[in-house]
Amino acid sequence: MIWRALLARLGISLVTLWVVSVLIFIGTNLLPGDVAQIILGQMATPENTAVLREKLGLDKHPVEQYLVWLSNVMMGDLGISKAGLGAGLGTPIVEMLGPRIDNTAMLTVLVGAIAIPISVALGLLAAMHPGTRLDRTITFSTLNIISIPDFLIATILVLVFAVSLGWLPSIVYLRGDESGWVLMKTIAMPLMTLVILSSSQIIRMTRATVLNVMSSPYVEMAILKGVPRRRIILRHALFNAIGPIVNVIALNLAWLVGGVVVVEQIFSYPGLAKLMIEAVQMRDMPLVQACAMIFCAVYVVLIFIADMATILSNPRLRHPK
Amino acid sequence: MSEQTNNTDQSFSFDELPDAPPKRKIKLSWPGKIGIAIVLFWSVIVVIGPTIAPYHEADILDEDLFIVPGSDEMYPDTEFQPPSKIVYLGSDYIGRDLLSRILYGARTTIGISVLATLLAYLIGVTAGIAASVGSRYLDMGLSRVNDALLSIPSIMFALVLIAALNSPGIFWLILITGFIYAASVFRIARSLGQEVMVSDFVEAAKVRGEGLWWIITREILPNIAMPLATDFGLRFVWVILFISSLSFLGLGVQPPMSDWGSMVKENLPGLVLGSYAPLMPAFAIASLTISVNMIVDDLSAATGGKLAKRMIS
Repeated sequence: MIWRALLARLGISLVTLWVVSVLIFIGTNLLPGDVAQIILGQMATPENTAVLREKLGLDKHPVEQYLVWLSNVMMGDLGISKAGLGAGLGTPIVEMLGPRIDNTAMLTVLVGAIAIPISVALGLLAAMHPGTRLDRTITFSTLNIISIPDFLIATILVLVFAVSLGWLPSIVYLRGDESGWVLMKTIAMPLMTLVILSSSQIIRMTRATVLNVMSSPYVEMAILKGVPRRRIILRHALFNAIGPIVNVIALNLAWLVGGVVVVEQIFSYPGLAKLMIEAVQMRDMPLVQACAMIFCAVYVVLIFIADMATILSNPRLRHPK
Repeated sequence: MSEQTNNTDQSFSFDELPDAPPKRKIKLSWPGKIGIAIVLFWSVIVVIGPTIAPYHEADILDEDLFIVPGSDEMYPDTEFQPPSKIVYLGSDYIGRDLLSRILYGARTTIGISVLATLLAYLIGVTAGIAASVGSRYLDMGLSRVNDALLSIPSIMFALVLIAALNSPGIFWLILITGFIYAASVFRIARSLGQEVMVSDFVEAAKVRGEGLWWIITREILPNIAMPLATDFGLRFVWVILFISSLSFLGLGVQPPMSDWGSMVKENLPGLVLGSYAPLMPAFAIASLTISVNMIVDDLSAATGGKLAKRMIS
């Protein structure tokens, strides 16, 4: 029974991913005019435009173009970028992506590893003592943090740690061979910004989820039979809140995509999001397509995990009638 | 109240409608009151900002203005100057008055955000209500399209469209943002509309023979107005942050127009030089968004809605 629910959800995710690929393909092909000419720009001559047109398959029907693009993407061929066009026919996108993906993945994994334990603990703490000064402080400050722009947090951190104290660099120079303490110091600023951004959201939702569980009849029963408050939370409420909390965490990691774009730009962190911004500024459409596909795929996977957590943790959804 | 009810009962006529339930009073907390004051302040600035600004937004100030009387320096720096009597909030990276740019920028940033949110509501609520009153197939079709749109992170969507349209103008910026945010409005409007559609009073109206238009305007819209108003505030905050982020990335409002997000970006190098120029517009955005959230917090406390739940979508 549970496998059927899993498979159904997996199917929905795959269909979503497919629809997303169609949307991105349409989106990037919205522009009127000749893509080959736009890519080549001032370097366009009738000869190399024709070569590029054939190479990109622009002489075919849009649907055929889409199918060719999709099958190439499936086989790991993401096309060629505008970069390095002067010399030949551009750099293969796969080569450009490798180090960028590693950098962004490293950053987000570290953010998750730091933010998740802290924010779940703080969210639980606030839920354990609702209405107290501690709870009000946490709720108020997290609400404020999610309502201010991402770049304000980053700017204030730069002002404090780079300009006033001079402890940390305000711009990230990654050579690729740093490790341990040096690496931590290099990426500390974007890391801190993203941890603050993501944890405030997770804290708020963990608190709301646990409080929601706390108002259920079995918790009332536990209170009436005299179970201590701490035991109620850690033994009854937390286990039932785990599913929703995992859901919250996955949703927030997905939501972090927007934050990553701004943060990588502000600290010039050499990640995937910065590559995409550069691609948008250069109008390097194949590269935009590739980056957008990767981000959307990660997003869809995280949403899938979020849904799975909800289904797996709830017996009623696990065994549908 | 009870007397009137008795009267109508006895005469069996409806010449006098029963009293409406007493209006719920919205109690504002202190942060909420301050929030309203700040929102009113910025609304006034949107109207009169360019009039009271000491300089034009694109004016690069003359060096002569900065010459200190009695000093022999003929060519003083005009960039990243600290606040003074000439430039009340300091000058920016090419020597323009920061205060004037913030006052002008209020109109751009808030104007674009309000228009984009209104557009999102126009599309989202229309489609949402259509889905909740229309046929099963219409509902399914609209919902599937909406799910697909929601499964793309909004910033990615915007980046792809902006790349395709080649640094579009303000009109396209509003259109793109409104369209992207319409998806989440649709979801809320649809679920609220469905709740009302299955209620007894809509059933009664149908039995009475009221038309679809009557049900939409007299039953559905009044009943979903309050939760939608609360949501409008939140959505507006997201839109401001979204548009500011785009401008910050250099993909939103283009120079020489001033806009709070792009002002932060262009003045960022000044931070290392000890200038607070990038912080001022960022604080302007924060003051507005925090205020709106404080008001919404009070509103949703009054209507019993849970802010935390709404913040997910």
